[in-house]
Amino acid sequence: MTAFLFLFFVVLTIASAAVVLISRNVLYSAFSLMVTFLGIAALYVFAGADFLAVTQIMVYVGGILVLLVFGVMLTRNKADRGTGQANVIRTEHSRTFWGILTAGGIFAILSTILAKARFDTVERNHFELIERKTTIQELGIGLLTDYALPFEVAGILLMVALLGAAYLSGKAKNFGTKE
Amino acid sequence: MQIPLSYFLLTAAFLFSIGLAVVIVKRNAIVVLMGIELMLNAANLNLVAFSRFDTDLTGQFFSLFVIIVAAAEIVVALAIVLKVFQHFQTVQLDEVSELKD
Repeated sequence: MTAFLFLFFVVLTIASAAVVLISRNVLYSAFSLMVTFLGIAALYVFAGADFLAVTQIMVYVGGILVLLVFGVMLTRNKADRGTGQANVIRTEHSRTFWGILTAGGIFAILSTILAKARFDTVERNHFELIERKTTIQELGIGLLTDYALPFEVAGILLMVALLGAAYLSGKAKNFGTKE
Repeated sequence: MQIPLSYFLLTAAFLFSIGLAVVIVKRNAIVVLMGIELMLNAANLNLVAFSRFDTDLTGQFFSLFVIIVAAAEIVVALAIVLKVFQHFQTVQLDEVSELKD
């Protein structure tokens, strides 16, 4: 049953990621990206990372995807506005051959290496799975002891990104616009 | 029942390749950003899958920080894309070529 559910979520993730690649409508890409993020959150649960799954849903689906859809909304060009349909935001494909070749090559290399690495025997003989009920307590203690400095730096980084984004996207009259 | 590690790694490899293909093939800047997010997520999936064998959860901490940096990156990138749109009236990357000629 667990294996079946796992396979279901893997297929869901991969199929919706493929839709992101294949679809020519930016909005369809954005919404199938949402399904991909949710599928990855489910895979995190299977890997025993419950807190990260919730973080994934809150940050990616609740934050980044909304930002992306806002970006799609604010950058419609004239040709798409002329169609009269609100959900038509087209994107062209170019260099399809080279894109598929590079991605296929990377996937071939990675899967060959993974097949040669024999993780199953390594897993069986050298590592022991650690059974945990939840990771939240360990993550919380770690963030305030061993990882306190990166935690604070991440906070500063987020504040700098917020200020920078507000400055960049603000309406400065003599900055970055054609006169 | 435990899921074998290699399933996670293969899924992550496939997601990474799709993200790379999206970055190369698409011409809309926002869809390219989506491809970058896919690649970051694939890397995170690897870290999380390996952290099952880790007593002190280093992989999960690392992927938490990756998520934070990805959020900061997407915010700044979208602000830049908006500015590019105000300047060029387009976000198709091949048409933004003022420095080329």
